Amino acid sequence: MSPTDMPNPSLLRGMTQSRLGRRDAFRLGGLSAMGAFLAACGVEGKGKPQASVAPDAIAKFWGGKTQTGSLNFANWPLYMDPKKPELKKFTAKTGIKVTYDEVIQEMGPWFAKVQPQLSAGQSIGYDLMVITNSVQFGQFRDSGFLAPLDHTRLPNYAANAAKSYATSTYDPGNTFSIPYASGITGIAYDPAKIKEPITKLADLWNPKYKGKVGMFKDLQELGNFGLMALGLDPAKSDEAAWKQAAAKLKEQKDAGLVRNYYDQSYVDALGKGEVWITQAWSGDIFQKNVSDGTNFKFVIPEEGGTIWTDNMAIPSTAENPVDAIMLMDYLYELENATTLAEYINYVCPVPGAQAQMEKHAAAATDEDKEFLLSVAESPLVFPGDAEYKRLHYYVNFNTAEEKNDFERVFQPIVLG
Amino acid sequence: MDRAKRTLAPYLLVLPGGLWLLLFFAVPMVTMLSLSLQEGDIVNGFVFTGHWQNYTESLGDYRTQLIRSLVYGAITSFVLIVMAFPVAYWIAFYGGRRKATYLFLIMLPFFVSFVLRTISWRMLLTDDGVLLHPLKEAGILPGDFTVLGSPAAVIAGLVYSFLPFMVLPIYVALERIDPRVIEAARDLYAGPLTSFRKVVLPLALPGVFAGVLMTFVPASSDYVNSELLGSSETTMIGQVIQAKFLSNSDYPSASALSFTLMAVLLIGVFSYARALGTEDVMKVAAR
Repeated sequence: MSPTDMPNPSLLRGMTQSRLGRRDAFRLGGLSAMGAFLAACGVEGKGKPQASVAPDAIAKFWGGKTQTGSLNFANWPLYMDPKKPELKKFTAKTGIKVTYDEVIQEMGPWFAKVQPQLSAGQSIGYDLMVITNSVQFGQFRDSGFLAPLDHTRLPNYAANAAKSYATSTYDPGNTFSIPYASGITGIAYDPAKIKEPITKLADLWNPKYKGKVGMFKDLQELGNFGLMALGLDPAKSDEAAWKQAAAKLKEQKDAGLVRNYYDQSYVDALGKGEVWITQAWSGDIFQKNVSDGTNFKFVIPEEGGTIWTDNMAIPSTAENPVDAIMLMDYLYELENATTLAEYINYVCPVPGAQAQMEKHAAAATDEDKEFLLSVAESPLVFPGDAEYKRLHYYVNFNTAEEKNDFERVFQPIVLG
Repeated sequence: MDRAKRTLAPYLLVLPGGLWLLLFFAVPMVTMLSLSLQEGDIVNGFVFTGHWQNYTESLGDYRTQLIRSLVYGAITSFVLIVMAFPVAYWIAFYGGRRKATYLFLIMLPFFVSFVLRTISWRMLLTDDGVLLHPLKEAGILPGDFTVLGSPAAVIAGLVYSFLPFMVLPIYVALERIDPRVIEAARDLYAGPLTSFRKVVLPLALPGVFAGVLMTFVPASSDYVNSELLGSSETTMIGQVIQAKFLSNSDYPSASALSFTLMAVLLIGVFSYARALGTEDVMKVAAR
């Protein structure tokens, strides 16, 4: 703004003086006609029951689709080696050029961003996207925004993926998606500040850490921890349970324990000493320790942690779906799944990658060897039965109303 | 022919801006007004039902945040007047040939993204950061002292973000003052204080008014400063609206809150204008 942009006095006067005379009042009466116009400004939904896809949906979608030689991939930041070795190999092998963008930061905003185009049946500019099994996954699915997958084109997936993924509640039978990586939500803490070992959710309510506790801003993550702290299973919870959990979280907040409710910035807050103990995502802490030489600890609490899955899916309006599904399957080749997990350190959907990683470690030397072994042996990358037993799934919403109720119960805690 | 041209000219001139406003201001406003009275959800669509409860419910849930935002906005404006007036005064009367340079310096921070600047505040003020760490080490501050997360941090951030918007209008008002008017006051035996109070201040009021307009409104609806420098205890209404729009896809209540905020701000600005008697101020300024 430059000084010449200043409103001049007469303009200011016009802006601040009442000028409505009788005649204007009559004219305003005509505005009631606007009511009808207002009603025309609806936001169209695309909802239709999608419990199961029509049997010919796959043939209908894939029929006539051919390889185009390029594809656009939308992913989250820090979710692939910056040198993109897997994509380079893919291009070398198939000749398909991949444009890779780290455009997804949060599920809500991502859905809000692409929803209008998908509703209008237009391309969103991406043929492959990685979306979490959150509320928005259901919104994508139920709006018919996801292309049904042709599993005959996914032989590596069938051969290598852990079988448990086929029975997920958010996408049974992997109709619309296959996992990219999974992660665990647990507790991270700084052993330099907290001497005693942290083992349970109740530690997040310990008055000793007043003002140094970090919680997640994401309502599902936050609500889950409230529920689990009360010994309730999020996946089976109802509104009465949510209210109890909200009261538990409110108590934590009112006692001044919570420093703030964070998004991805919690890692930074932990690094800067703003928080000593915080809700955390498994892979982040591993990566932070490796890249910054910190020594933060990550634990799956005794009462339980949650497991979530980021999934590869093809938008229904994708222009290059054949290329996209080829890449999806390519990332399930044992070697590719292994190198991907070696970099991102989240739960690998391919169990066989563990042995492959040990092989890589045996071939490596010194620091590399040590690092690869630590990844291969990490229960956070390849959880065992003991870990899985303590992991819960997200709250499931059957209707949009339920989701709204959930948000209304927990939102006031974050936005105090 | 010529005459027709002359009559048409002003309309033609206003056409590009007018169309722009119509398309990108009026249409979204009407859409938002409509949305605020709709019911439904993002998957099944929103339908206009005249559901005015969107207003009462969202206001019931978030009136604390609304009031807090207005209070923060008001404090910010007040602090800004106190801080900006001397700066503007000095540049206008003592800036000499370098006035343009000083104004440029005031604007200089704007060449860096506002979010980046706020994030660097975070780095400065964080618990173990460059500012607090040495003070804590020296025992001047207690170990658990924090700045971030407090209302003071948020208001400080707001003041910093909007300072130029207060300095510039006051400067413009002061710049216009004919030095001879002040000389005349002195000739009539007014002391420095009296001539400031009776001559300079009234003449500067339109600038202050414009400055408050340009800072109070955006400061009250700001959501970046509280997000980055505040905590859950400092949530402002802008954050609530943002979360409802983007994270929850709850367009109706987000729109309802936006309209409520707009209405409250408009009422605030109008009553402020009335209380200050802008009309008189304007008359003085116009002379």
